[in-house]
Amino acid sequence: MLRADELRVSFDGAEALAGVDIAVAEGDRLAVLGPSGSGKSTLLRALAGLEPLRAGRITVDGVDVTTLPAHRRGVGLMLQEGALFPHLDVAGNVGFGLRVAGLVRSEREEGVAEALALVGLEGMDRRSVATLSGGERQRVALARALAPRPRVLLLDEPLGSLDGPLRERLLDELCELFDRLRLTLVHVTHDVGEAFAIGDRIAVMREGRIVQESTPDELWARPVDAWVARFLGLVNLRENGTLVRPEAVRLTPGEGATVVSARRRGATVRLRVRLDDGEELETVAATLEHPAPGERVAVEVDPAGIVRLGADPG
Amino acid sequence: MCLPAAFLALFFAYPLAAILARGLGDGLPWDVLGSRSTLGVLWFTAWQAAVSTAATVLLGLPLAWAIARLDFPGRSLVRALVLVPFVLPTVVVAAAFLALLPDGAERGLVAILAAHVFFNLAVVVRIVGSFWGRLDSGLWDAAATLGASPVQRLRRVTLPLLAPALAAAGTLVFLFCFTSFGVILLLGGPTYATLETEIYRSAARLFDLRAAAALSLLQLAAVGSLLALAALVERRLGGAVPLAGERDVVRRPRGRERLGLAAALTGAAVGLGLPLAALVERSLATPDGYGLGFYRALGEETAVLLVAPWHAVVNSVLYALAATAVALVVGGLAAAAIARRRAAWLDALVMLPLGASAVMLGFGFVIAFDEPPLDVRGSPWLVPVAQALVAAPFVVRIVAPALRSIDERLHEAAAVLGASPARIRRELDLPLVLRALGVAAGFAFAISLGEFGATVFVARSDWPTVPVAIFRFLGRPGALNAGQAAALAVVLMVLTAAAVLAADRIAVRRGAL
Repeated sequence: MLRADELRVSFDGAEALAGVDIAVAEGDRLAVLGPSGSGKSTLLRALAGLEPLRAGRITVDGVDVTTLPAHRRGVGLMLQEGALFPHLDVAGNVGFGLRVAGLVRSEREEGVAEALALVGLEGMDRRSVATLSGGERQRVALARALAPRPRVLLLDEPLGSLDGPLRERLLDELCELFDRLRLTLVHVTHDVGEAFAIGDRIAVMREGRIVQESTPDELWARPVDAWVARFLGLVNLRENGTLVRPEAVRLTPGEGATVVSARRRGATVRLRVRLDDGEELETVAATLEHPAPGERVAVEVDPAGIVRLGADPG
Repeated sequence: MCLPAAFLALFFAYPLAAILARGLGDGLPWDVLGSRSTLGVLWFTAWQAAVSTAATVLLGLPLAWAIARLDFPGRSLVRALVLVPFVLPTVVVAAAFLALLPDGAERGLVAILAAHVFFNLAVVVRIVGSFWGRLDSGLWDAAATLGASPVQRLRRVTLPLLAPALAAAGTLVFLFCFTSFGVILLLGGPTYATLETEIYRSAARLFDLRAAAALSLLQLAAVGSLLALAALVERRLGGAVPLAGERDVVRRPRGRERLGLAAALTGAAVGLGLPLAALVERSLATPDGYGLGFYRALGEETAVLLVAPWHAVVNSVLYALAATAVALVVGGLAAAAIARRRAAWLDALVMLPLGASAVMLGFGFVIAFDEPPLDVRGSPWLVPVAQALVAAPFVVRIVAPALRSIDERLHEAAAVLGASPARIRRELDLPLVLRALGVAAGFAFAISLGEFGATVFVARSDWPTVPVAIFRFLGRPGALNAGQAAALAVVLMVLTAAAVLAADRIAVRRGAL
């Protein structure tokens, strides 16, 4: 459906994309995960036709679109903070793509109503975009991207400007909507949770390259290297190239280690212990009571929770 | 980009080349440039500009502070009113000070300096004020908790932070005073001459075109260096000063601030209001007591002009409308090219007429367009074209930032939704800068209406504009002529103020969005 081969983009000599390949099948959802500056937004802009390529090839449904300008590619893009047109109302924004496509008024109104219904903003047509809340803005931006029925939807940190519970709620809504519409999409984010929630596959980017691409389960089970593991929030990396999942570490009263710190984060408590050989491990306890710093404990590790980095699961 | 470039080439570069050819035709005109009188004129031009600038900055600071930091009833009205003197035609200001100052003192150095301060106060208040209004008030609080007294805070925090804005405003005011023409011509009397008035005298009174061209070159060199300096200062203005939203900074005055506010507002009201009041009084003070006699006389034929003064008003409005249209098209297209960052050179080119001075422009028109291949002298179209050249830089300065402030991501969003570049300009850029264009139109109209330096060269005597008519009336002795000049000046003032206030209201509503 959407293919990109060997994409290269440079800014002032520095390579923002250093040869990136992706392939997204019809109805698939690829999450591109990486820290800021990893080139993930550049990848998205290149796919949308907003970033000139130094080399590479992009095809949609087998048709080469590499040299097509953005307005002829027929892909949808939803940007961080929405980028809503301030001089148009909600309907004007959502109907913009339909209008430039030359649809007549009745078709446009139908398309706008349909798109607004999808994002749960029925009847908001005439609202000025300046009066919308953050969540509403993102929904309008999504409706605007969906209205022309793009073959591929590209999302650049669509929830980046939102926070807390609103972000969680919108994320759930997005997942549900994408499931229902069977959209083909590429979703760029720096948020691990978001990538896991949205992507059928996840591509992890670092310094202009995709360093690992796999299903969420595979990625979680077998991070390709220490950098990926750390980026995913996995701790307890060991020098021998393995890591111990925090949930696989059990503490019982006894000897062998000392609790260094204990911090509650909502329902769970993160505990750090120092083994008598000097190694430090992090663990999670989901209990109300937990050992206090300074207490002596015994440490057990569930062998299933030990992961070998980069090794093939065969 | 092609249209504005062609327009500027034909109506700015070509006349300029004509001046150069005239001035340098027989080698460098050292006899003119090196003469005692030229050096004297240059010296006076520079020092009167320096003194005017210093006085304007000093007197403008309190008002800038009041408008930038304090919330008081009528604040936005004061902001708008302060702007009025700046756009008032020079001849109106000159007429006002002639009416205000006592007989015997109405011409001379004091009158010149007072008129310059009156004119340029708005520049200081607006530039320094808008900068001041966005300085984070946390800086003062921090300085206060560190033990700085109010005076120390002013000296050690406020003034250093304001330095770029002060410098920018100062350079601009200096430039305006350096190229001041109408004020000097009308208030300077026979003693005081600047480069501008000397160019006019050489060309229009002595018909020494070579001397006028030589003086123009001197003027161009001086203004060129000043503009380069201004650009340098402007680049510094974007320094790393923490700016806050206006709402966080403005607050109601407390304690002694109330006294300061009252003093600043009273001073402004007296300083800016009194000359205009005197002008209105003069226009009503007929020999048989107060009445509308001078206004009624505007409809009658007079020996001073070839037509009834009323025609000058109609001419002015028509010329200004045409000039506004031309300035909007040329300035708007230039702004679009500049905003896309492809044309820094065009920016400089459009700004040059502003600095090259209107008198030079008018003089250039006279010598460039009065012989083949372009013998169009006396064509009424030269007036709006000249006025548009003077107004276009303001249009660019208003429209280009509005275009630049459009978020690039809006363009990208529109492109991805299928809008072609032409469509994006039409459906996104144009609606988004529509208000800025409205503001620019108001200013361009006001500037064209009051334009004097260039118009006085190119306006035909049977098609005078109001400023030209006022100049003619003031050049004649007698109470009737003075009264007629005052009445015409009041009419011009009202027209100009209406245009600017309308533009400013648009600007305020734009800010509210």
